[in-house]
Amino acid sequence: MALILDHVTYEYGNGTELTVRALNDVSLVIPDGQFIGLIGHTGSGKSTLVQHLNGLLTPTSGHIYYNGEDIHDRDFSKKKLRGRVGLVFQYPEHQLFETDVFTDVCFGPKNLGLDKKEVQLRAFQALKQVGLPDDCFYQPPFDLSGGQKRRAAIAGVLAMKPEVLVLDEPTAGLDPKGRDEILDLVSSLRDENGMTVILVSHSMDDVAEYVDRIVVMDRGGVCFDDTPKEVFSHKEELEGMGLSAPQVTDIMHALKKAGWSVDTTVTTLEETKREILKRLAR
Amino acid sequence: MKIVKTKDLVFEYIRRDEEGNVEGITTALDHVDLEVNPGDFIAILGHNGSGKSTLAKHFNAILMPTEGTVRVDGMDTGEQEKVWDIRQRAGMVFQNPDNQIIGQVVEEDVGFGPENMGVPTKEIWERVEESLRAVGMYEYRKYAPNKLSGGQKQRVSIAGVLAMHPKCIVLDEPTAMLDPGGRREVIRAVRALNDVEKVTVILITHYMEEIIHADKVFVMDGGKIAMQGTPREIFSRVEKLKELRLDVPKVTLLAHELKKEGVPLPDGILTVKEFVEALDRLRSGRR
Amino acid sequence: MIRDITLGQYYQTDSIVHRLDPRVKIAATLIFICSLFVVEQAAGYVVAVLFLAAAIKLSHVPFRFMIRGMRAILFLLLITFFFNLFLTPGEAAFQVWKLTVTKEGIALAVKMAVRLSLLIVGSSVMTLTTTPNNLTDGLEKMLRPLQKCKVPVHEVAMMMSIALRFIPILLEETDKIMKAQMARGASFDEGNLIQKAKSMVPLLVPLFISAFRRANDLAMAMEARCYRGGEGRTKMKPLQYKGRDYAAYLILAVYLALCIVAGRIVPWGSIL
Repeated sequence: MALILDHVTYEYGNGTELTVRALNDVSLVIPDGQFIGLIGHTGSGKSTLVQHLNGLLTPTSGHIYYNGEDIHDRDFSKKKLRGRVGLVFQYPEHQLFETDVFTDVCFGPKNLGLDKKEVQLRAFQALKQVGLPDDCFYQPPFDLSGGQKRRAAIAGVLAMKPEVLVLDEPTAGLDPKGRDEILDLVSSLRDENGMTVILVSHSMDDVAEYVDRIVVMDRGGVCFDDTPKEVFSHKEELEGMGLSAPQVTDIMHALKKAGWSVDTTVTTLEETKREILKRLAR
Repeated sequence: MKIVKTKDLVFEYIRRDEEGNVEGITTALDHVDLEVNPGDFIAILGHNGSGKSTLAKHFNAILMPTEGTVRVDGMDTGEQEKVWDIRQRAGMVFQNPDNQIIGQVVEEDVGFGPENMGVPTKEIWERVEESLRAVGMYEYRKYAPNKLSGGQKQRVSIAGVLAMHPKCIVLDEPTAMLDPGGRREVIRAVRALNDVEKVTVILITHYMEEIIHADKVFVMDGGKIAMQGTPREIFSRVEKLKELRLDVPKVTLLAHELKKEGVPLPDGILTVKEFVEALDRLRSGRR
Repeated sequence: MIRDITLGQYYQTDSIVHRLDPRVKIAATLIFICSLFVVEQAAGYVVAVLFLAAAIKLSHVPFRFMIRGMRAILFLLLITFFFNLFLTPGEAAFQVWKLTVTKEGIALAVKMAVRLSLLIVGSSVMTLTTTPNNLTDGLEKMLRPLQKCKVPVHEVAMMMSIALRFIPILLEETDKIMKAQMARGASFDEGNLIQKAKSMVPLLVPLFISAFRRANDLAMAMEARCYRGGEGRTKMKPLQYKGRDYAAYLILAVYLALCIVAGRIVPWGSIL
């Protein structure tokens, strides 16, 4: 059991009438090795939620346990936690600051207090893992393309060797190919290293093909928490929250309405294709 | 007369290293010829770094061609004294909503353009009101921009351009930083401008769903126009688009895949509705 | 914590104070501040407090928001208070440990604290009821005569209003960058002064880069909307004095006179 959120509530603007409840009694269990999609529109509380996972925000009430320990216990090291639960923020521009990519990636492991050799080894491994070409290593991070910056930022967190990797909208602003490349990278990180991955996104289409489980947030609470198939079957409710089911779900529902007896729970393009071919064959 | 016309447009810039020495010359636009008819809805597609934003900045005289010409409503952007006329004729909306709103209050921001043009006070107010109504933001006129959502901010930016009474509005990836809801909001507003107000729209984007209603699509790659045509023509070439680092809508892709399996579907299906209809036709044809 | 900052934050509502010409409000704030330093007797402060209370009442801004500005200077307020309390020479009133508190000290400390508090709340009334843009408009128009001596009044006013618009955005961004670096194990409050200064680098570099990028984008957006300096520019909200503005000036004059009479001349205020 990697991470447990137990009735977590978070409010800001304390004391005034402007108090906003960003999280409302959220309970979640995140087991080891799962790939989770955390979905919600802007302001649904998803970003606030992930900032609780590594102790950047402290819940107003409720507890968060990492491997059975309360992360807000006095003798629990936050720094160590942040090495274990790696959080990559939306804009790589918010974290890249060194004169070259390699030194920047060293920043995380250095903060963990590792010796120089280990730091450099980890930085090198991380850069390899994210697939940045070698000639980028000693370039200023600001010269990289959008997709490469994103990779450098992910490497900066991977170099701390986290057990849980949380990515906040890693595909925002990328073009379609760049988006697919980053999603493939994240998926391979999970497959190769057995990491727990939490991918925050507002697009169902982005995560549908990859994740094991989808958590949908709306107005600070969790409204769905299930397999993609189950979640997408609530098409109308999702649309009510300003989210859309993946387009393949739309297609299947439209076919069903037109009198085709198709299975509406398919989630990937490949499954959809096979389903339609099956119906056409009859 | 064409509203925008580029001829043999080349744009180059000099790359320098940290010490300021010339490293080389990058050709961002490479002999681009493009024409836009008044009243059209034009989409310019391309992956990041394809030159589409550089092209857009030429329509507003923010960038000047290295070679060739750009004419906006008949005026050459190279003529210094025409710059302000050109910027008024072809308004521009940028990607980041936070970095283009100047006013502290929505209505003040929308009034910024007309103020700069020297429009009399009474008329500024009329323009602000009609522009805000056109994008459906009139109720928010007294709001601080910081309190609005991304989609709302972009609609305010559009109103700000609209208040300058342009003939043409150029939108440079206006939805890249928005969530799906915000994206729909903005595209709806843009389409309404084109349909109702008859403003020429040039939309630069890499989201495929946004261009299916365009009259004409240009696809950029490596500073050149790689493809052009109606959305249907463009989307029927799925493989070519993938080569250009672009996507097609899932439904188009599905139809394409089914076709590869031997299902006789027409090319370039753009919407779910079309897809279902095409399958229905297949079914009834077989009976 | 960053969300709480109200400095220069406008409170959206409709009131007679909101509708006043910003020049009147600037003048009123200046006169009010001057009056605080003219007044010597307690009675003068009573007049000032009444005047301020009336202004707050008319502004429809909840009192809480006025007090918020005080939080920022609470420390300063306390320092001034205790300095005056302990370090003013005069007739001894009582002793705390080794320090002697004098009667004059008490009087001075109370007076300074009252002055400072009134000053802050008084200027908050102006900033809460006037949009920063409106405020710079007012300043621009008041300072226009300086343009003749080549002072770039319009440009300075425009810069001020842009700075004000971007302060909340940059503060929010600072918060995000800090969190992004903390997620990589950075800490901003450990070690000695030099280590602390060093730990600011990962925060400041991205912040500056972002600020420059924003400045660049904004300049382009302004040019695209035909901005070319103050010349030939019309105003959406030109400043024109109305009846209520003249009335406000009259009230101000009366207030100032009252203050001088009550605070300086009439001796019945000499309680302290």
